[in-house]
Amino acid sequence: MLKDVTLGQYFPGDTVIHRLDPRTKILMVIIYIAALFNAESWISYGVVLIFLAAAIAISEIRLTAMLKGLKPIVFIVVLTSLLNLFYASGDIIAQWWIFKITREGIKAAILMAARLIMLVMGTFMLTYTTSPIMLTYGLELLLNPLKKIKVPVHELAMMMSMALRLIPTLIEETDKIMSAQKARGAEFDTGNLIQKAKAMLPILVPLFLSSFRRADELATAMEARCYHGGENRTRLNVLKMTRRDMIALILGVLVLAGVIVLARFGL
Amino acid sequence: MDDTAIKIENLTFFYNSDEEGRAPEDVLSNVSLNIEKGSFIAVLGHNGSGKSTLARHLNALLLPKGGAVTVFGMDTKDEELTLEIRRRVGMVFQNPDNQIVSNVVEEDVAFAPENLGIPTPEIRARVDEALKTVGMYEFRTHAPHLLSGGQKQRIAIAGVLAMRPKCVVFDEPTAMLDPQGRRDVMEIIGRMKNEMGSTVILITHHMEEAAMADTVVVMSDGKIVMDGAPREVFTHVEELESLGLTVPGTVKLMWELRKNGVDVPLGALTVNECANALAAHFQSK
Repeated sequence: MLKDVTLGQYFPGDTVIHRLDPRTKILMVIIYIAALFNAESWISYGVVLIFLAAAIAISEIRLTAMLKGLKPIVFIVVLTSLLNLFYASGDIIAQWWIFKITREGIKAAILMAARLIMLVMGTFMLTYTTSPIMLTYGLELLLNPLKKIKVPVHELAMMMSMALRLIPTLIEETDKIMSAQKARGAEFDTGNLIQKAKAMLPILVPLFLSSFRRADELATAMEARCYHGGENRTRLNVLKMTRRDMIALILGVLVLAGVIVLARFGL
Repeated sequence: MDDTAIKIENLTFFYNSDEEGRAPEDVLSNVSLNIEKGSFIAVLGHNGSGKSTLARHLNALLLPKGGAVTVFGMDTKDEELTLEIRRRVGMVFQNPDNQIVSNVVEEDVAFAPENLGIPTPEIRARVDEALKTVGMYEFRTHAPHLLSGGQKQRIAIAGVLAMRPKCVVFDEPTAMLDPQGRRDVMEIIGRMKNEMGSTVILITHHMEEAAMADTVVVMSDGKIVMDGAPREVFTHVEELESLGLTVPGTVKLMWELRKNGVDVPLGALTVNECANALAAHFQSK
């Protein structure tokens, strides 16, 4: 029942975007967000949108998958665009009681909605095309300079990849415990919210206990395999920046520069 | 000295006393054992006999409270040598789920060589070789959690082999596996001893598995109570049963026959030996 939960939302593929270095993709997302927040006019939004659309097209990610991912933010998008719609001042087009709609309000509402949707879609491009392991590894390498100010970068990355590794195991375990409790007459999907929450307790307690035991055993096994922190560690798969990455980054920087220049001219 | 892989001298160990200050009980008391290079030793014992605690002393996961453990000439108490000891003595645990560290099979096998700082091309070579040894090469890009228990345990063994250890300790590696997985794992253990010349220490409570070893050590209450060749140890049927261990079916059969006045030899271990011995006996009549 819980088995088909997709986590990390990674869609394996073999396109140029999939093959980009994770570091490139992380940087690209940062550049993209910066461009998005510097865009003020229809034209600059158009530039960023073309950039996003091209990326989606190249990655061969189905648009339905993208739209499905937008579901949780629908409420926020609607709320912020409504607020923008009514709180702008300018040429009044329509008025009713204390609500007035202005030309500027409409523009602000549409652009704000576009900004939020494009923001989420852009970050999806990163997680949809990069495996969680590669993402963690890329983050670790990008944050490496922070080691100088004593940020435990390797440890954080290791914790993240351990979490990713254990999620399927814990899901399986939860399934098992739920079946065991059901076999003894527990009901999980009846009653009101409080009753349902209470029914979760007999699942959570054994799950926590077994997680602690698991963590202990895993730590022992890691030690037995000579784990001693990030010092002198090598990797099986080493990341290499190629020409492809350079081209992508230059392209990203150009888009950002373009948007900033457009904003200068009031566009 | 040269032929000794692991030397255990008067090893005593106890877990530190709890908060109520009760005197800690010895989990291991005065255990001495010499393990020769290239030998296959099975350690038998029921739950709580101290066999897993003993195993954890062999690669410095636990340190002796009394006595000493010397691994390839290195004292486990010397912290500087801990890594050197662990790369020589690999350890495979009971639960395959709790020893796999990565979401991708080959990344998991690469974990130990990565920790040892081995150069990338060499890691690749070791990972491929280890995966081929356990017959899981085709699964190198799979996610471990989608594999069967036996397959996962083979990945865990590959992860240890990638360190190129001289000695491997198996701590009840088949306890959580189905019969097929158990056979696969035992077959790999046999090959490691015979073809690769590794020293193998197998902690188990399966008599049939222990029968494959050169030497069987029986533990009870933190002490070694018997040791010798399987053939010889298994003849002490009553003693073993009083320790909560079941002898192999073949030995049990011979022993029951003897008890009822049939004069057959006790030392038949495999089904074939047993059948031959019985045939010989009844033909001679």
